[in-house]
Amino acid sequence: MPSLLEVRDLEVKFALRSGNIKAIDGVSFQLDPGERMGLVGESGAGKSVTGFAIINLISKPGFISRGSIHFEGKEISAYSFEKMRKIRGNRISMIFQDPMMTLNPVYTIGFQMIETLRAHRDMSKSEARAIALEKLKLVQMPSPEKRLDQYPHELSGGMRQRIIIAISLLADPAIIIADEPTTALDVTIQAEIMDLLQELCEKQKMGLILITHDLGVVSQVTEKIAVMYAGKIIEYGPTETVVHHPVHPYTIGLIGSIPGSIEPGRDLKQIPGMMPTLTNIPPGCAFNPRCELAADICTRQTPVLEEKQNGIMAACHMK
Amino acid sequence: MIAFIIRRVLQAVVVMLVISLVVFAIKNQFGDPVRDLVGERVTPEERQQIADKMGLNDPFFVQYGRFVKNAVTQGDLGRSFLYNKPNLEVIANHAPATIELVLGTALIIIVLSLPLGVYCALKPRSWLSRFTMSFSTLGVSMPVFLTAILLIYLFAVHWRILPSYGRGETVDLFGNGIWMTGLLTVDGLKHLILPCISLSTLMLPLFIRLIRSEMMEVLETEYIKYAWAKGLSPRRVWLVHAFKNTLLPVITVFGVQIGIMFAFTLLTELVFQWPGMGFMFLEAVNRADLSLLIAYLVVVAALFVVVNTVVDILYGFINPTVRITGTK
Ligand SMILES: Nc1ncnc2c1ncn2[C@@H]1O[C@H](COP(=O)(O)OP(=O)(O)OP(=O)(O)O)[C@@H](O)[C@H]1O
Ligand code: SF4
Ligand SMILES: [Mg+2]
Repeated sequence: MPSLLEVRDLEVKFALRSGNIKAIDGVSFQLDPGERMGLVGESGAGKSVTGFAIINLISKPGFISRGSIHFEGKEISAYSFEKMRKIRGNRISMIFQDPMMTLNPVYTIGFQMIETLRAHRDMSKSEARAIALEKLKLVQMPSPEKRLDQYPHELSGGMRQRIIIAISLLADPAIIIADEPTTALDVTIQAEIMDLLQELCEKQKMGLILITHDLGVVSQVTEKIAVMYAGKIIEYGPTETVVHHPVHPYTIGLIGSIPGSIEPGRDLKQIPGMMPTLTNIPPGCAFNPRCELAADICTRQTPVLEEKQNGIMAACHMK
Repeated sequence: MIAFIIRRVLQAVVVMLVISLVVFAIKNQFGDPVRDLVGERVTPEERQQIADKMGLNDPFFVQYGRFVKNAVTQGDLGRSFLYNKPNLEVIANHAPATIELVLGTALIIIVLSLPLGVYCALKPRSWLSRFTMSFSTLGVSMPVFLTAILLIYLFAVHWRILPSYGRGETVDLFGNGIWMTGLLTVDGLKHLILPCISLSTLMLPLFIRLIRSEMMEVLETEYIKYAWAKGLSPRRVWLVHAFKNTLLPVITVFGVQIGIMFAFTLLTELVFQWPGMGFMFLEAVNRADLSLLIAYLVVVAALFVVVNTVVDILYGFINPTVRITGTK
């Protein structure tokens, strides 16, 4: 079976006045239909940029400088604007981090749902409205009919994120990319929203790329994990294995010394030191200044992502 | 919405009362209504009698109350000795010229600043944007009278295609002699062009820059990025999602600036010999007609408040956030 999404050797650069900086460096992964993948790593690792690169919506002055993105068998990374537009919000939907900022404050919920459908389907407003209503019911929105005529500021954060999820479902996409969809919400609401998202993906056989800091959520929701560090994937494998038997020293640090005690709401562990900024990534393995196992070779040669024991891919000389 | 409108109108009334109080205090302090009425050649006793009869020796707030009552119920803002007519009538005769000047200018500003500002925000690197931005810097830094004189020199003296002073041919708008308009005759419109352009050079650059920077800011927001992620077309993202949010703060500033413009017509009216309120004001200053000056201040303040109130209510219609808090 061909994979639904295949990202190969992706490189993203930002054209700054001081020159081009590389934010994503040779990232590869793939997603099967209905598969759910977690993308984790410290702040600035390049998770969001990777997510946006898939629908070619990296904020300026960023651009894809190398690699390919195959979606449903077609290479889409060099698609024209119009061809890409037809994929966005239609075949691949995104959910942003902060639902308070995501909806346009001056238009009603109904307006913002209907226009999305009509951007992709040739249908009347009332047909679109009916589908919008159906999706609001799907996300268990209380009194859905009323919501269509309300403005974003009349709804709570949790309700707004439900609306966003409903919008992302409108065109029955193949993949949803959710960039920290619950970080901005109350702790009590977070679990609700995550459960909803997981349930919907399972029921509708949708692929999910979940960007998050929450290890508990990743292990609960996803089937595989890619761990990012300084623009590279340094560990990649089935969630079960990565969470309980991590290989890469960085992942081991993130998960902590007691595997098996991963509950929802548990954040990644702090590792001493800081991730290098993109302008001064150390030679060799980018993790070497913080790594206890670092040896001579680690400062000279960049480790490549390769298969280690029990089917995990990792980029480390010492394992 | 109704509650919002009522509240906004009440606010306007309060503002007008405060302004009238200040203005009345000035008038009370410096004015000499007896002289305005009968001139200098009366004996002190006669003056005292007349002052008594006019209630000028009453307590301040009694006089103020009378002033407001006369102004509101009879439109009585005193008499101009210069024109020997009621002040309001003098002002009413001059107001249409100024209002038409401001309207024409506002129209120029709207028609030019919206597309130019939006274009400069969307394509900041294009040559048209660069040209517009440098030209608007020039416009801001050039004094109005210089622009006006330059325009007169080019269009009226050198090319002789537009008239340089006066309102030209006017017609009676309502048929009752109140509003003589220049908008309905070709000659009147021709006369409007140069004054309006010169008056707009002051605020047009300001609005182009304002719209441009507001739009650029809006384009960076999360909801615009989300609009792209939903797969909307550029036209829809720019003209539906970004434009309306750009417009909201601009409308407020626009209201204030148009109000202020009523006071700024002075110089333009002088240069173009435009028979409006600014021109009248200068004459009143020249001849020390304090009564007329005071009335002028009240009327300009009222125009300012009315314009602002109307714009605010309009804003309330466009911005849903205002509407909701207004009805609560
Ligand atoms: N607009 C931009 N201009 C310049 N550099 C950028 C821009 N956006 C991102 N970057 C660079 O790309 C790197 C990765 O950013 P990204 O937003 O993907 O991080 P992240 O892993 O999503 O972090 P977080 O957990 O904080 O969201 C950042 O370190 C930053 O240097
Ligand atoms: S390659 Fe070396 S420095 Fe990098 S993680 Fe492995 S042991 Fe540590
Ligand atoms: Mg991010």
